[in-house]
Amino acid sequence: MTFGQATLEAMQFAMDEDPSVVVIGEDISWGGNFGQFRGLVDRYGHDRVVDMPISESLIVALAVGASAAGLKVVASMSFVEFTLGAMDEIVNQASKFRYMFGGQTSVPIVLRASDGIRGSSGAQHSSSLEGMFCNVPGLKVVAPSNGNDAKGLLRAAIADPDPVIYLEHKKITGQRAPVTEGDFTVPLGSAAVVREGTDLTVVSYSNMVNHALVAAEQMATEHGVSVEVIDLRSLIPLDLDTVARSAMKTGAVLAAHESWAVGGFGAEVLAQVREAVPQQSALRTARLGAKTAPIPFSPQLEPAVVPGVAELVTEMRRLLAV
Amino acid sequence: MTTTVPDPALDPAQARDLLRRMQTIRAFESRVEELFKAGELPGFVHSCAGQEATAVGVCSHLTPADYITSTHRGHGHAIAKGISLGAMFAELYGKATGACRGRGGSMHVADFSIGMLGANGIVGGGFGIATGAAFAIRYQRRPDVAVCFFGDGAVNKGTFHESLNFAGVHQLPVVFVCENNRYAQFTAASRTTAVTDISVRAAGYGMVGESLDGNDLLAVLDAAGRAIARARAGEGATLLNMNTYRHSGHYVGDAEEYRSRDEVANTRDTADPVARFARHAVDTGLLTADDVAAVMAEVDEAVAEAHRFALDSPPPDPAGALDDVWTVGVPR
Repeated sequence: MTFGQATLEAMQFAMDEDPSVVVIGEDISWGGNFGQFRGLVDRYGHDRVVDMPISESLIVALAVGASAAGLKVVASMSFVEFTLGAMDEIVNQASKFRYMFGGQTSVPIVLRASDGIRGSSGAQHSSSLEGMFCNVPGLKVVAPSNGNDAKGLLRAAIADPDPVIYLEHKKITGQRAPVTEGDFTVPLGSAAVVREGTDLTVVSYSNMVNHALVAAEQMATEHGVSVEVIDLRSLIPLDLDTVARSAMKTGAVLAAHESWAVGGFGAEVLAQVREAVPQQSALRTARLGAKTAPIPFSPQLEPAVVPGVAELVTEMRRLLAV
Repeated sequence: MTTTVPDPALDPAQARDLLRRMQTIRAFESRVEELFKAGELPGFVHSCAGQEATAVGVCSHLTPADYITSTHRGHGHAIAKGISLGAMFAELYGKATGACRGRGGSMHVADFSIGMLGANGIVGGGFGIATGAAFAIRYQRRPDVAVCFFGDGAVNKGTFHESLNFAGVHQLPVVFVCENNRYAQFTAASRTTAVTDISVRAAGYGMVGESLDGNDLLAVLDAAGRAIARARAGEGATLLNMNTYRHSGHYVGDAEEYRSRDEVANTRDTADPVARFARHAVDTGLLTADDVAAVMAEVDEAVAEAHRFALDSPPPDPAGALDDVWTVGVPR
């Protein structure tokens, strides 16, 4: 089944279990931009699967207000860039409500947004903005790399009492892979070691994990290097223990993501790993992310800004001097 | 346009209660203003003195199951909705016993247990939240309503349009109450808003709009009562433009260079909602002058007691500064 269908299953388990779960978004009853919501309206009706006007601020504020009155709202924000029209509501309301009001309330909302490059979608439909969200106290941020995790993480995100930004990479939303049947959760804050290795740790999330697995295989066959790949799955909360344990084992960490390297989450992971491992450890670190430019349209320019397998291999070789 | 107000046939007990609640807001704001000017209170405060009738008149029709969203000028709304005066005073001091345990302060006073979903430091922040609460009420098939208080400065935010449109589409049980005090921060509404009678915008959202004298408690009671009854009956949202005036500046200590001393003095004299209602109650025989004096004294004591509670309360423990960032988990 596809990544998108896997999330649909998670939605159904959540909605069947809890009548207070409501889904809202633009074009939602038509299935959304990538079909991840297809069929929900037939099953649950227009009262629970609500077509929203193109009013991003309202979509998030409505979710916050409805949560204060006892609902759990999953809001489709469509492309992640559209969340920027609701940044006031995300940063000033959703993330701060619980803390600023002294713990009186929780904000159990999930904002689903499609990010990443899909091939010539242009500067306003290709970004990855998790770095911004991770910088805001009160939010949780999830970015699965495959359908199975997508299903389990979405289930966990909807059950979570706090606001969760759920980022689904648009390149892999239609990708098919085996998905565990039935109802299950992948807890927020649990990273997965998706390939074991001894010489270098690649820490990543979202679709960059898939590139890292290809690059790791290439490093093994072409350079005899054993690469461990960690899929963070959840950025906030961060499973630092799993990353630090791997770093201690391999002594070298490459943090890689599609979003901009400067001020990006990779730098944060490296800083936290440095703080977590003993001072005397000779840890080698590097980060890899997009160069500092909006994502260009041209098929020739896009890969000049956003890293992929080739850049991962180059960076790993540089870090290990092989 | 100002509506003609039928006498709501108050009885003396109701009149006394309404006066007490308006005077509580007035006395609270006066005390806060004094304390702030004396350097006793941290941060900064926005006084709603002069706008008591809108808060009390609207909230008189609400139960604890109904919701309100408020603004940066939110003390009156919180008091009118029934917040503990002591918890609110303590919050202004940032004390552990504050309504928000000292995390919010004046601009974020809230009491979710009585449906007071927070004063809000973001102008226009309440539109969507109130609309969301009304959406939930509708979904849960409850008889309750949500009321969104906002100032005339908020009506040029996109959230006004986004929220009223949606409330209109779905005929949600929400009442939008514009406390039109004629100034958006320092700038006269006439310089920033094309049509200053906000109620006419209701037509664009398919809802009822009405403009009234927001310093006349009886007019507020009447218009709000009808709007809230419509909402409870499933007849949709209402936009009320209540003309009022704030006695203090945008914030306490504001030099107020944007309005003349004469304008402030004249408006205070002619449009003070508390004095006006007290006069009405005495003139119509609802209350005696002694009753009014007794209410004033009772309120002064209540505010003094709330202040003592705040002063006697302990500060929050800094060890708890990271509590409640999340409900589950503690950030690194």
